[in-house]
Amino acid sequence: MSEAVLEAHNITRRFRIDGGKTLTACENVSLSLYRGRTLGLVGESGCGKSTFMKLVMGLDKPTGGEILFRGKDIAKMRGKEMHEMRQHIQMVFQDPSSSLNPKMKIRDIICEPLRNYGRIKHAEKKDAAADLLEMVELPSEFADRYPENMSIGQRQRAAIARAIALEPDIIIMDEATCSLDVSVQKSIIGLITRLQREKNISIGFICHNLPLVQSFAHEIAVMYLGNVVEVIPGADISEKSLHPYTKALLGAVFDINSDRERKIECIKGEPPSPLNIPAGCPFCDRCEHFTEKCRSEKPMLKNVSENHKVACHLYGGNLEK
Amino acid sequence: MRLLTINDLDVSYSGALTVSGFSLSLGQGEICSIVGESGSGKTTVIRAVLGLLPVGGKVTAGSITYDGKELPTLDKKQWHELRGHDISMIFQDSGAMMNPTRTVGATFVEYIRAHEKIPKKDAWSKAAEMLTKMRLPDAGRIMNEYPFRLSGGMRQRVGIAMGMTYQPKLLLADEPTSALDATTQAQIVREMGELRDEYGTSIIIVTHDLGVASYISDRIIVMRNGRIEESGDRDTILHRTENEYTKMLLDAVPTLGGERFV
Ligand SMILES: Nc1ncnc2c1ncn2[C@@H]1O[C@H](COP(=O)(O)OP(=O)(O)OP(=O)(O)O)[C@@H](O)[C@H]1O
Ligand SMILES: Nc1ncnc2c1ncn2[C@@H]1O[C@H](COP(=O)(O)OP(=O)(O)O)[C@@H](O)[C@H]1O
Ligand code: SF4
Ligand SMILES: [Mg+2]
Ligand SMILES: [Mg+2]
Repeated sequence: MSEAVLEAHNITRRFRIDGGKTLTACENVSLSLYRGRTLGLVGESGCGKSTFMKLVMGLDKPTGGEILFRGKDIAKMRGKEMHEMRQHIQMVFQDPSSSLNPKMKIRDIICEPLRNYGRIKHAEKKDAAADLLEMVELPSEFADRYPENMSIGQRQRAAIARAIALEPDIIIMDEATCSLDVSVQKSIIGLITRLQREKNISIGFICHNLPLVQSFAHEIAVMYLGNVVEVIPGADISEKSLHPYTKALLGAVFDINSDRERKIECIKGEPPSPLNIPAGCPFCDRCEHFTEKCRSEKPMLKNVSENHKVACHLYGGNLEK
Repeated sequence: MRLLTINDLDVSYSGALTVSGFSLSLGQGEICSIVGESGSGKTTVIRAVLGLLPVGGKVTAGSITYDGKELPTLDKKQWHELRGHDISMIFQDSGAMMNPTRTVGATFVEYIRAHEKIPKKDAWSKAAEMLTKMRLPDAGRIMNEYPFRLSGGMRQRVGIAMGMTYQPKLLLADEPTSALDATTQAQIVREMGELRDEYGTSIIIVTHDLGVASYISDRIIVMRNGRIEESGDRDTILHRTENEYTKMLLDAVPTLGGERFV
């Protein structure tokens, strides 16, 4: 595999919430981003995906663990060092309505990072904006619009234009394509994979759409209740995934060719609360293969083959015959 | 009689024609999906039906008839009786619609008490029950939480819970599951189907997920550039279309084990 640009080791993030309780959003998450490769992150809403990516961005501090970028721990960076680091890791957020400043024109929004880091002069803004808009396939006259006067899909394209402006090492996209129509989505994926090849960018891609993630992620990490439960090459997920939760996710995908009478699968039971993570396997309350060991002992993430890791007592030499 | 009939609707934003010639007819218990290009006016149509166009937005021609009433002519009081009760809406981004300075519980209780005269305590339990139905863990915690401290998917489920509280006759859902994981999406889509089966609710759902549209709808409308590109029953649109744009959309749908970009 190519060189790791960023390595997260045993990242834990707990939040103190009112009433003195503790909420665990991420627990012992170890994941790496590799040069020129995409890591897809999937899992139930609220399972800690965005929390993890925020830590990677240095927007939040972990409760424990370290995140190494170019050999330095992002969690320990401050002030100027943090500012310098940030130009190499850009983010496209889940919600374009709140991530784009409503008082700024699109031209100023997408050129802001270039100006902040002194990459272009004021006079060059017009051309830079035109190039960026073209890259994300927005008409050039959108440079003079305000976010409010654009559809959500159009706003998200503007946010992507801003993120690629600095040609960063890493781009984190948090559900950045879920509000785009499939044809625009496809062109955006085509665009970011092209940029990735040309500039060797590493992409962290949070997404609920499994067919989409597996179409371009080199690796997919599946999270459940703050824990990584499976890491598998994107090309293998539909055929070779093992974890019962991953399989449940795959079983819930709607397909345009599927039989209408097909029962869509939903996992039984309620997702447990992150205030109350089971001591053993986080999935144990809802798993069909549950055994007593699952409640008492937490399964560790173990290699089942090269590049494929699973955290489940059924695999990796535990209960295997 | 059809529950909702939209005829040759035009909508403009500050004078610029954004949606033109939109028509649709929906019977009781029917589910219609609107799919199509980002920015083509799907949300605009939904907002026009609900009388909730943003400032500058205006219905400039056509009619929207619901249960014999001409919606664009209703006054505030008439809207208050319909909206949230007979006609309900689930937004594309429920989080942005919620007041960030108030807890989810406070917002939800206010919503319920705007529609029925019940004590705060009862409204609170009703709200908590709806959240539990939407599979939110710890309804109690969520009720006391501020919207920005919930994940996007959780906020969306709160919005859906509110929209479904009164088992509306007509439910307008704008990308209700775009921010949800696959299993939660499956649950919500199934729940919307049950709402139709049990209460005869008619539903218009805007979605980019053609798999969802395929699963849930009787009819599908494909929009592009402010107009209806094609409309028809589900099977015609998905399996027998002659329309180039629809074909392109269908081609772009990612499938498990399908085309890879890398
Ligand atoms: N308040 C507004 N003022 C001016 N133009 C607007 C306003 N809101 C939306 N528009 C424009 O109207 C068109 C339709 O927007 P709308 O939000 O209805 O699209 P949509 O089909 O829902 O798109 P998406 O799939 O991205 O949600 C777009 O070109 C958008 O830029
Ligand atoms: N600032 C915060 N304070 C308290 N709880 C938070 C905060 N941010 C996130 N959480 C909680 O952490 C959990 C994970 O959230 P998040 O990472 O946003 O999930 P997702 O996987 O959907 O991106 C959720 O239960 C959420 O409510
Ligand atoms: S460890 Fe046990 S409960 Fe957890 S996923 Fe595996 S079989 Fe299921
Ligand atoms: Mg998130
Ligand atoms: Mg919309």
